[in-house]
Amino acid sequence: MDINEFLNHFTNLFDDTDASTLTPETNFRDLDEWSSLLALSTMSMIDEEYDVQLSAEQMRKANTINELYILTQAKI
Amino acid sequence: MAFLTIPNVKIIGVSAAVPKQKKQVNKLECFAEGEAEKTIELTGVRESRLAPEGWVSSDYCMEAAEHLIEKLGWEKDSIDALIYISVSRDYIEPNTATVIQGKMNLPTTCYTIDVPMACSGYCYGLSVVGSLLSHGYMKRALMLVGDTPSKIMSPLDKTLWPIHGDAGTATALEYDPQANPMYFNLMSDGKQMNAIIAHASGVREPITNEDLNMVKYDEGIIRNRTHVTMDGMGVFAFTMSQVPKSIGVLIENFKIDVNNIDFLLLHQANHYIDEKIRKKLKFPEEKTPYCLETFGNTSSATIPMTMVTKIREQLKNGSNKILMSGFGAGLSWAAVYIETNSIEVLPLIEI
Repeated sequence: MDINEFLNHFTNLFDDTDASTLTPETNFRDLDEWSSLLALSTMSMIDEEYDVQLSAEQMRKANTINELYILTQAKI
Repeated sequence: MAFLTIPNVKIIGVSAAVPKQKKQVNKLECFAEGEAEKTIELTGVRESRLAPEGWVSSDYCMEAAEHLIEKLGWEKDSIDALIYISVSRDYIEPNTATVIQGKMNLPTTCYTIDVPMACSGYCYGLSVVGSLLSHGYMKRALMLVGDTPSKIMSPLDKTLWPIHGDAGTATALEYDPQANPMYFNLMSDGKQMNAIIAHASGVREPITNEDLNMVKYDEGIIRNRTHVTMDGMGVFAFTMSQVPKSIGVLIENFKIDVNNIDFLLLHQANHYIDEKIRKKLKFPEEKTPYCLETFGNTSSATIPMTMVTKIREQLKNGSNKILMSGFGAGLSWAAVYIETNSIEVLPLIEI
């Protein structure tokens, strides 16, 4: 697993956000399209792609894509 | 590990009753523009049933039970036990199963008890009723499983109201030394009690005037403290990590041949999460029936509702190997394997 692949999986969850504007340091909570549903989709993507289950608490505390990546990597 | 094998007990009949009145998701006032369509697409719930004032879960369960015992030809005097499984109880005291026994004119020799479980209720209920009948002293039991979420949730809470529906069901079980055993894996995590909870609803937090104030927590989320509230993300994380695992562990422990299973009956939480579970188990779509599009999440009643509305013919004609999984408030979750043989399944009763 690497950050670019992770970023790619993450950006695929969005419909209306320009993928080229997203970097590992993007605070996804600032994105217009971000919603509680996308939070669930993100947890689900991490589960499907990496077989890692983030807790709701971890999801709530994370703000950037890189933070999610590090959390996921730590559990693999 | 709460593994359980219960021999000598079989299901012989199932019925379900729902209100005639429909609740259309796209006409609800809790949604902002466009939200209803998104919710329908995600949850798979288009409509459900809504009990009118004065009608509660136990009424629908009783209707289902009366029709079922009539069809089975059961004399009321022959019913040894009645178990009511629901979080929608008639009163804090007395327990609802006893109230129903009286209303149905069942004999005073009848054992009655409530099991106040929500979405894991059908599976947990089978373990309770099965345990009672397995000894062979009691021969016949009625398991009434239902809920009227509309009585305990806020109509102005878009996180819960749209996807839930009202229903009551009855399952008839008998002692039978020839029956194939039922297998269970039953789990609990009370540390997550706040994941789904009605705060001011019992003796811990007696209802005060303030608890009745409707409070706006967010757009489309208005409720009071007697209403059920859910931590959606917490429940989602729990379901994804624990539910498929609990089914897998059941299969492994009892060496169940997955290829021979006819149906996977999942608690109808919502389509999005149920499909995640099914895909994780790599279980075929055609063996996983859903009834939530037209009845929504009916809490403990979802599994018998699926049996009545989706696989009635298959259950009536021939034998079936069935996996069930219920999960929800508690948190509480359970996986069950049963085999049925030509059981009586009544058409859906609408009142």
